[in-house]
Amino acid sequence: NMTSISEDSDKEKMRSVSVDLNNDASLVIDIPDALCERDKVKFTVHTKTTLSSFQKPEFSVPRQHEDFIWLHDTIVETEEYAGFIIPPAPPKPDFEGPREKMHKLGEGESSMTKEEYAKMKQELEAEYLAVFKKTVQVHEVFLQRLSSHPMFRKDRNFQIFLEYDQDLSVRRKNAKEMFGGFFKNMVKSADEVLISGVKEVDEFFEQEKNFLLDYSIKIKDATAKAEKMTRSHKNVADDYNHISGALNNTAADNNTAFKKHLEKCAEVFEKLRKVEDRMASDQELKLTELLRYYTRDIQAAKDLLYRRARALADYENSNKALDKARLKGKDVAQAEENQKQCLQKFDKLSESGKKELTSFKARRVVAFRKNLIEMTELEIKHAKNSVSLLQGSIEILKSN
Amino acid sequence: MSCMRRFCHETQSHDSLHSCMCRRSVALLLLKMSEERDPAALSGSAQTEGEEDLFVSAMESPEAARLSAEDISPSSNGPRDDDPDDPDDLFAEATEEVSLDSPERQPILSDGPSPAITPVTISPRVDVFDRSPDLDEDEEENRDTFDIQISVSDPEKVGDGMNAYMVYKVMTKTSLSIFSRDEVCVKRRFSDFLGLHSKLASKYMHMGYIVPPAPEKSIVGMTKVKVGKEDLSSVEFVEKRRSALERYLLRTVKHPALLKDPDVLQFLESSELPRAVSTQALSGAGILRMVNKAADAVNKMTIKMNESDAWFEEKQQQFENLDVQLRKLHASVESLVCHRKELSVNTASFAKSAAMLGNSEDHTALSRALSQLAEVEEKIDQLHQDQSYADFYLISELLGDYVRLITAVKGVFDQRMKAWAKWQDAQVMLQRKREAEAKLQYASKPDKLQQATDEIREEIEEWEGKVQQGERDFEQISKNIRREVGRFEKDRVKDFRVVIIKYLESLVHTQQQLIKYWEAFLPEAKAIA
Repeated sequence: NMTSISEDSDKEKMRSVSVDLNNDASLVIDIPDALCERDKVKFTVHTKTTLSSFQKPEFSVPRQHEDFIWLHDTIVETEEYAGFIIPPAPPKPDFEGPREKMHKLGEGESSMTKEEYAKMKQELEAEYLAVFKKTVQVHEVFLQRLSSHPMFRKDRNFQIFLEYDQDLSVRRKNAKEMFGGFFKNMVKSADEVLISGVKEVDEFFEQEKNFLLDYSIKIKDATAKAEKMTRSHKNVADDYNHISGALNNTAADNNTAFKKHLEKCAEVFEKLRKVEDRMASDQELKLTELLRYYTRDIQAAKDLLYRRARALADYENSNKALDKARLKGKDVAQAEENQKQCLQKFDKLSESGKKELTSFKARRVVAFRKNLIEMTELEIKHAKNSVSLLQGSIEILKSN
Repeated sequence: MSCMRRFCHETQSHDSLHSCMCRRSVALLLLKMSEERDPAALSGSAQTEGEEDLFVSAMESPEAARLSAEDISPSSNGPRDDDPDDPDDLFAEATEEVSLDSPERQPILSDGPSPAITPVTISPRVDVFDRSPDLDEDEEENRDTFDIQISVSDPEKVGDGMNAYMVYKVMTKTSLSIFSRDEVCVKRRFSDFLGLHSKLASKYMHMGYIVPPAPEKSIVGMTKVKVGKEDLSSVEFVEKRRSALERYLLRTVKHPALLKDPDVLQFLESSELPRAVSTQALSGAGILRMVNKAADAVNKMTIKMNESDAWFEEKQQQFENLDVQLRKLHASVESLVCHRKELSVNTASFAKSAAMLGNSEDHTALSRALSQLAEVEEKIDQLHQDQSYADFYLISELLGDYVRLITAVKGVFDQRMKAWAKWQDAQVMLQRKREAEAKLQYASKPDKLQQATDEIREEIEEWEGKVQQGERDFEQISKNIRREVGRFEKDRVKDFRVVIIKYLESLVHTQQQLIKYWEAFLPEAKAIA
C-alpha cells in the first residue's frame, strides 16, 4: 500500500506549529515527498543551501523514522548543546488507528450496503492520508527547527543526515545503545525530583522551574482531553453516514413523493457528515496537534533545566570536594580546577538557558496565537457552510 | 424549539434541566404536527373507502354495548346523552363482536367491572347510536377542527419503597363537544395508561383498527425511581416516560374512533379511575396475556390463508420491509444520541483542562485567551447536550414509536387472518352438518329420525348463520384495515416530514450558536500579543 504526498498548500497550512522556521535562505529544508510501504515510511528530505560546508547547492536523500531518532539522540548526547532546548524527536508514524478501523470495516462489510461501505472506505482512506500528512509535517518541523538554530545547523551529524546519500543504518543505534536510552528515561524522573529539590538563587530560573513543572502536567492533560473530544466528533460524523445509508434504504421502498423526500434527507446527512468530519480534522490539526507538539517541546525545555540542575549539583559537589581537599591538604589544585570548570559549565548553561527559554516562550505564544486564530476561523467557516447547507435543504423539503 | 433553548440557558445544572426541558416543547411540537393536517387533502379520500358499509351490520346487532359499568351510571358522561348527532356508530360496531358464545373470543384483560364479561347490559345510549351516512364528513370535520391539546406533566412520586409509584398530571384542553369541560386535569399513573390501552386493544384490534401501543414497561428503570435514587438517570427515565405517555395520548386521540371511545373520555376526564391491576407484568392476567401471545404465534404459523386480494399481500410485505428499515434507522439514531452525549462530556472535560492550562500559563495575554477558550468550549458542551436531546426526543423516540406502531399494524393483519380462519372453520362445520344430515337418511331408526332431522336442521341453520357472519366480519375487517392503513401511511409521511424539518432546524440553531461563540472568541485569540 503505497501513498505519496506532495501538496504544498496543505503543508503550508500545517507548518504553523512552529512559526519561525525556514526564514533563512542559506539553508532551506523540506520533505516534499514520502512513501508509505506497509509499516515503513520513507521520507524524501530535500535541502537547498548556499553554505559552503555542503558539497552541492541542492540535493535530496531518503530517510526513515529511525534516522531522525538517531539524529535527535546524537544531538542530545552532545555536551556542547547542554545549554540549548533540543527540538523534540518526532513521534513514530502511527497508522494503528485507521488500520484497525479498516480491519473492522472489512469484517462488517456484509452488514452494510455497497454505498455505505464505499463511503466508509473513502473516509478511512482520508483518515489514513491525514495521519500520513501529520507524520510528514512533524518530521519536517523537527529538521527545520535544527536548520533555523544558529548552533544546530552547523552540527556535523546534521549535515551527514542531510547529505549522506547512503543508508544511515550503520550509524544508527544498536540494541545496547537503545537500551541505554531506556535507562535515560528512567533517570529522567529522578531528575525531576532533583530539579524540584534544587535551591534556586536565580529568580528567573526559579519561576521557569515552577512554571514548566506545572505546565507540563497541564498541557499533557489538555492534549489527552482534546484527543478524546476530536474522536467523539468523528464518531458523530460516522453516525451521520449510517443515518444517511439507512434513509436511502428506506427510500428505496417508498411511494414516489415521499421517496424523493427521504432521498433528499439522506443527501443532507451525507453532506453534514462531510462538514462535521472537516470540523473534526481541522480542530485536530490546529488544536490537538498544537498541544501535542508543545507537550513535547515543554519536555525539551524541562530537559534543559535538568541539565542545568545537574551542573549546579556538580558545582556544589565540587565545592564540597575542594573544601575537603583543603582540609586534608591533598590534591587541592586538582579540586580547584574541577570547581572552576564546574562553575564555568554551570554559568554557560545558565546564560544560554536563559536565552533559550525566553525565545521558547515567545515562539510558543506566537504559535498558539496563530493556531487558535486559524482554528477559530475554520470553525466559523464550517459552521457557516453547515447553516447554508441546512437552510437550503429545509427550503427544498418544505416546498416539496 | 425556541422554548427549549430558553430553558437550557436559564438553568445552570444539568439536573433541573431535565424537569422542564423537553416537556413543553415536545408537547407543542406534537400538537403542531397534528394541527398541521391539511384539511383539503382529506376531502377526497374518505369517500372512496365505502365507510357507509361499516355501520350496516351495527344496527342489526342487539348485543351489549361495550361500555364500562361506570358509563352506565347516570352521574357520568352527561353531555353525550344529549347529543343525538354524534356519529357514535363507531361504538355500535364495537358491540358487534361481543358474541358471548363465540369460541374464539379472547378473554378481555381490562379489569374492574369488565365490560365484555358483563352480560347484556344495554346502555340507554345505544339508542342514540343513530346510523349516520355522513360519517365521512364528520370525520373530516373532526380533523379540520382537531382542537384538542393534551399534556402530561408534573411527575410526582407517591409512597415509598417498592410500593411507590409515579403519578402524572394529564391536562386536556379542548373545544370538542364530546368533552364535558373545556379544560380538565386528572392524575394518572402508568398502569392507568396501560389499562386504557388494554381496553382499547381488546375492543378495536380484532376489527382491524390500529390501536396505538402504550409505552413500554421498564422494571429496572422504575425500581431505581422507587428506591429513591435522585440521580440523573432516574430523572431522565421519568422525563422519557412522561414524554412517551404524552405522545401515546396524542396519538390515541388522533384516531377518530378512539377519540370518542368512552374509555378514552373517562381516562381524560374522570377524577377517579379503577386501578388496572391486570396490567402488572407478573399478575395472573399478565401471564394469561403471554400465553395468548404464544397461542397467537402458533396460530399464525398454522393458518395458511388463501389470499385473493393482492393489496393485502403487498401491504404485508411492505410493512415487513418497513419494520426492518425503521429498526435500522432507529439504531443509527440511537448511536448518534450516544456519541453526541459523549462529545458533550468530552468537550466539558477539555474545557476544564483548558482552563487549568490557562491558569498555569505565565504569559498574560495567552493565559487570558486560554481561559476564554475554556469558556467557549463549556458553552459548546452545553450546545452538544441540547442537540443530543433534540436527537433523542425529536427523532429517536419517534422512530421507536413507529417501530412499535408497525408491530400493531402487523397485528391487525393477523387479526384479519384469524377472521378468515374463523369463517373457513364455520364453512367446514356447515359442510359437516350437511353431510351428517345426508347420512341421517340411512342411519337412524325411523322413530328417532324426525327428532334427529330437526336437530340437524337447527344446527345447519346455526352454522349457515355463522358462515354468513364470518364472511361479513372478514369483509368488514378487510375494509377497516384498508382505511386504517391509508390513514397510517398518511400520518407517517406527515409525521416524518414535520419532524425532519424540525430536526434540521435544531441543527441550524446549534450551528448558528457555534458561529456566535467562535466569532466572539476570535478577537480574544487575535489579542494575544
